[in-house]
Amino acid sequence: MMEVPLHAVAHSRAGDKGNRLNMSLIPYDPAHYALLAEQVTAARVLELFRHRGATRCVRHDLPLIHAFNFVVDDVLEGGVNGSLNLDGHGKTHSFRLLGLAVRVP
Amino acid sequence: MSTPFLVGNGGGFSGDRVDAPVPVVRTLVKRGLPAALFFETLGERTVALAQLERRREPSLGYEPMLEPLLEPVLADCFRHRIPILRNYGAANPPAAAALVARLALRLGLPGLRIGLVTGDDVSASIALDQLPVHEADDSLDMRAAHLVAANAYIGAEPLVRALAAGADVVVAGRTSDPALAIAPLVHHFGWSWDDWRMLAVGAACGHLLECGSQVTGGVFWDPGFKDIPDPANIGFPIAEVTREGGLVIAKAEETGGLVDLRTVKEQLLYELHDPAAYITPDVVLDITGCRLEQVGRDRVAVHGLRGTARPDTLKVTACFEGSWLGEGEVSVAGPNALARARATAEVLLERLRRRSLPVRARVDLIGVASVHDSDDGALWRGYRGPEPPEVRIRLAAEGADRDAVDGAAREVLALLCCGTAGTGGARWRTTPRILTRSYLVLRERVPTTVTVRTAEDMAA
Repeated sequence: MMEVPLHAVAHSRAGDKGNRLNMSLIPYDPAHYALLAEQVTAARVLELFRHRGATRCVRHDLPLIHAFNFVVDDVLEGGVNGSLNLDGHGKTHSFRLLGLAVRVP
Repeated sequence: MSTPFLVGNGGGFSGDRVDAPVPVVRTLVKRGLPAALFFETLGERTVALAQLERRREPSLGYEPMLEPLLEPVLADCFRHRIPILRNYGAANPPAAAALVARLALRLGLPGLRIGLVTGDDVSASIALDQLPVHEADDSLDMRAAHLVAANAYIGAEPLVRALAAGADVVVAGRTSDPALAIAPLVHHFGWSWDDWRMLAVGAACGHLLECGSQVTGGVFWDPGFKDIPDPANIGFPIAEVTREGGLVIAKAEETGGLVDLRTVKEQLLYELHDPAAYITPDVVLDITGCRLEQVGRDRVAVHGLRGTARPDTLKVTACFEGSWLGEGEVSVAGPNALARARATAEVLLERLRRRSLPVRARVDLIGVASVHDSDDGALWRGYRGPEPPEVRIRLAAEGADRDAVDGAAREVLALLCCGTAGTGGARWRTTPRILTRSYLVLRERVPTTVTVRTAEDMAA
C-alpha cells in the first residue's frame, strides 16, 4: 500500500446552499469505491473543515454510480451573502477534500 | 422508442459565455426534431441586485445580458418552432417581455408570441414573518432588516400554460431551475402532473442542464487529470428525452468539451444534499437508483430515476439590504515576501483596532492561504511550507456603517506609503451586501398569471 492524495484516484465538485456545502467524491476507477468508502469517512472530512467551524458532516453513498456525496453544515462562514471569504460559495473546497491522503495498493 | 424531444440549454448563469447558445440552436435545427431552448440565469442574489437596479431606474431590473444572448438565436428558434424559456425577468418580467418584443420587431418577427408569467413576486402579498424559515443567513439581523425582494420559486405549470397558448418565448421571473426543462416536456408529451416518474425524468434533465457547460466539461477540466477538448469553446448541453422517460445527455455539435460518465456524475450531485430527495416544486427527485451508461461519443444515458409527490409548499427567497463590504489588496514579491506579507497582515488588523472601527474583518494571504482559510487566518498563521515567490494581501471588512467600512478598506491603500518595503498594486472598493432568507409558503398562496401576446401587439 502507498499513500497518495485523493486527487490521484478521485475527482470532486463542490456546491453550496446557504451555509451548507456539498462535495461529490468520485473514484476514476470504480474498483477504488470500496477503499474510499472505508477510508474517507464523514468524520475525517468534518475534521478537514473544523477550522472553518463545520459542525456536522453526512456522507451519502451511491454505489450504483460509484460516487459519494458529502454534506457539511456551517462551513461557509455565513454563506455567500455573509462570508468575508473570497470564495463565499465554497466552490474551491472540492480540492481541499482532494488533498486528503488515502492508502491505495 | 418514440421520437425524442430535444431540450437545449443556452446559459447556466447571468455571467455565462454570450456565444454559447448559437451552436446549441444550430444543432437543434440540424437534427430537425421537436425541441425547446432554455436559459437559467437567475441566481439566488441576482433578483435582489436586479431589484436594487429597478429602484434606481424603473425601466430596468431585468437580466442585463438579455439582448446579447437572445438576438443571435431568436429568429432561428422562431422559424423552426423552438420555444425559448427563460427566467430572465428577474425583478421586472414585464420590462423584459417588452424588450423581447422590441427585439423581435427589429429582427422582422412581428408575429412572435411572448408569454409573460408573473406571480412569483410575493413581496406585497405575503407577510414573511408569518412563515416558517427554511434557510437563513447567520448574519441577518431581522430587527434592522430592510426587505428588497421576495420571490417564490414557481413550478412548471404556468410555463406550460404559456406554451399551450402558443408562446414562442416564455418570460418568467423566479422559477425553479428544473421547471424550465420540465415545462416543454410536459407540454410536448402530455405527461400528467402526478406522473412522478416522468416528472422525475424532467427534473433530472433540468438539473443536469441548468448550469450549462457544467455537464459538458465546465468546472470539470483539471489539466493532466481530466482534460477536455477545446476548453475555450465548450459546447452547451442538449438532452434527448422520450415519451417513456428515456434521457440521454449530449451537447452541441462542432464544439469543445465532452459528455462522459465523469461529467454527468459531477453535475448530478452538484448542489444536491439527500440523493433520495431533491425537492423541486413539481416533483421530489430520487437518484439513489440511478445508473449511467455511455451510449456513444458525448452521449450518456441516465436510467433508474424515481420521483415522489411534489411538496405542498413552495420556497420563497427573500432578500434584505445588508451591511457594507470593504475589500482591499496589495502585493509583495521576491526575497522575504512571506515575512513581509505576514507583517502587513498583522499591521492591518492592528490599524483597525487602534482606530476602533466598528467592523468585522479578516486578512488573507493569497498564494499562501485564502479561500480555504477561516476568518481568524488559522491556515496562513500556521503555514510552515516553502517561501512563496509572491503574496497578495487582502483585507475584507464588513459593518453597518459605510464610512467605517470604507475607512477600513482604505487602510490597504495607505500601505503604498506606510507598508513594508516593496508593497505595490493596491486596489480597494466598498460595495453594498444583500442578505437572504428562505421561507416555505403553501403553493395556493402563490397564484400565477400568464399572458401571451404577439410582439406587434405588445409594442403597440
